[in-house]
Amino acid sequence: MAQTHSDYRLSQLDQLEAESIHIFREVAAEFEKPVLMFSGGKDSIVMMRLAEKAFYPAKIPFPVLQVDTGFDFPEVLATRDNWVDRLGVRLIVASVEQAIKDGIVVDDGKTSRNRLQIGTLLNAIEENGFTAAFGGGRRDEEKARAKERVYSHRDEFGQWDPKNQRPELWSLYNGRLHEGEHMRIFPISNWTELDIWDYIGREGIEIPSIYFSHQRRVFQRDGMLLTESEHNPLRDGEVAEERTVRFRTVGDLTLTGCVESTAGTIPEIIEEVAVARVTERGATRGDDRFSEAAMEDRKKEGYF
Amino acid sequence: MAGTNTGYGMDLLRFATAGSVDDGKSTLIGRLLLDSKSIFEDQLEAVEATSEAKGYDYTDLALLTDGLRSEREQGITIDVAYRYFATPNRKFIIADTPGHVQYTRNMVTGASTADLGLVLVDARQGLTEQSRRHAVILSLLRVPHLVLAVNKMDLVDYDEVVYEKIYAEFTQFATKLNVPDLEVIPISALQGDNVVTRSENMAWYSGPTLMHHLEHVHVASDRDLIDARFPVQYVIRPKSDEFHDYRGYAGQIAGGVLKPGDEVVVLPSGMTSKIAKIDHFDTEIPEAFPPMSVTIHLEDDVDVSRGDMIARVKNAPSPSQDIDAMICWMTTKPLQPRQKLAIKHTTRTGRALVKDIQYRLDVNTLHRDQATNELGVNEIGRVTLRTTVPLLCDPYSKNRTTGSFILIDEATGVTVGAGMING
Repeated sequence: MAQTHSDYRLSQLDQLEAESIHIFREVAAEFEKPVLMFSGGKDSIVMMRLAEKAFYPAKIPFPVLQVDTGFDFPEVLATRDNWVDRLGVRLIVASVEQAIKDGIVVDDGKTSRNRLQIGTLLNAIEENGFTAAFGGGRRDEEKARAKERVYSHRDEFGQWDPKNQRPELWSLYNGRLHEGEHMRIFPISNWTELDIWDYIGREGIEIPSIYFSHQRRVFQRDGMLLTESEHNPLRDGEVAEERTVRFRTVGDLTLTGCVESTAGTIPEIIEEVAVARVTERGATRGDDRFSEAAMEDRKKEGYF
Repeated sequence: MAGTNTGYGMDLLRFATAGSVDDGKSTLIGRLLLDSKSIFEDQLEAVEATSEAKGYDYTDLALLTDGLRSEREQGITIDVAYRYFATPNRKFIIADTPGHVQYTRNMVTGASTADLGLVLVDARQGLTEQSRRHAVILSLLRVPHLVLAVNKMDLVDYDEVVYEKIYAEFTQFATKLNVPDLEVIPISALQGDNVVTRSENMAWYSGPTLMHHLEHVHVASDRDLIDARFPVQYVIRPKSDEFHDYRGYAGQIAGGVLKPGDEVVVLPSGMTSKIAKIDHFDTEIPEAFPPMSVTIHLEDDVDVSRGDMIARVKNAPSPSQDIDAMICWMTTKPLQPRQKLAIKHTTRTGRALVKDIQYRLDVNTLHRDQATNELGVNEIGRVTLRTTVPLLCDPYSKNRTTGSFILIDEATGVTVGAGMING
């Protein structure tokens, strides 16, 4: 934020920030029990930063909810803990593992942990009585998300109906709910991947180290480079080897691929993102590749 | 993704597109994304594969933007979709709205936040009822810049006469509207003429390409920097030892420039005070202007809460419970006199009673039908409301933030109307 503006113009990044802060404050004012869904990835860290700014010097007036797949990168959990400690917010962890044990979701051995997150998340929202859940979804990520609203209404089953969304006019958000319904809120809807990186660079905030170039033992599967791990047993013909890689997205380590990269600083990452020729999901998210409509289906079920 | 200019010095243009599937709107957007290198290989490959599977002769760029399966199956676009691209100078947010008659509400939605409206016409068809309707809606929503893109020039042999005829007809129609800035550009989205690169087929056209115009249209002056308006959104009281007496009023500046030391009035109470300081996160700033989200501190301990408005002593809106507005009705159950609805204006929420429907506006002819006693879905009309709380409003023509409101059905919770205050 520059000190003087001779022409009263805000850069686009400042405009995005102002818009997102407005959304955080609006939700805090209108909803009884908001919660911030935190994956530990770069998008949810930007959300944490925006929430910090929206309410400063008061603490963020709602807790943070993380769905733990049991297959999360330890580097990501470490970053999560640092943020939670620094901001003094309450962390709620909803474990997929526990949800399987409790019979809330069914692990049939074929369904990815990422998909089991849906039931786990909806159960946590219901159990805690949250009425608004902030998510880090961006409309540039995928075609089905282009139609998402900032306030995305979910029925009592947590479902999203693309044909039955409330029109969203000006910056006047309608937060009315019925018993059992909740709202997903996407404060960074209008940010692109490049905006996220620009902002992280500008703000100088901590993100998980796996976004930066590092040495890792990886193997090829379905055209992706996956992490060698006990959760990810090698199949016939697969060979793990040491490579210099980084992650463009973080999630369930059994599904999240990395890319070969020597980018070790934010400017180098920005450079790489700016010339990238494949979307972040297309490159590294196994769970979005199953069908052209995969994301649309998961959204309807109540995915982030 | 063109260039590596990061967002620090870039500005932002939001534009709404209107046109039907047949006008080639999706193809145009696909072309803008492709030629500004905002399309990734995996997206393009998917589109090429689908085009090939369908037996098309060319890559159908429209497939880049038609997002939902139900739409792909029906070959139409529903609802508003938002798309993003950037050039080295500017970031763009497109509100892509379907053009069909029943989707007026979506166009109003997309236009409500737009700096510029882009109306597409098919050069072979010329102006249609639909193109006129799109222009009317954009002007009602006070979108400051309008572009008419005359598309499919390749199908009329790039004939200047065809373009001139549409140009003349449209500019004549536009005189009846509020269009402060108009550009008419002949293009072929399919071939790429005058979209990003200048057309060699239309040497007779000397104006800007569409992309050049989008990149350079001046939007900074479209805001009201004179009339200070600050709707209070949230009161920050840390209740910690370190910030024991901190009491900040958080919100987004809706108009004007506010500085520490300014004499201000708090509405609706009418109490006056001075601005002690303005915070942006952990920094005190010397001034705040739209659309900054800031926290304002007053010198006196006056009672201020969400829904109040801070303005200047000699330049403040007068609180009013009788509202005269243009309303776009968005639900199948018609709007009728005596109906009660919830209303949200800036950060204020109350209830509203429909006193009178003065007329329905025919958005194709601008005819005012005064015999009507209700507004149906996707209709626009002039309505008088009585509200339970005084609204701190300006005419929409002066300020799109303090001049707009939404109406909510109290039973269903659904947004059923969009209002623009007259004055």
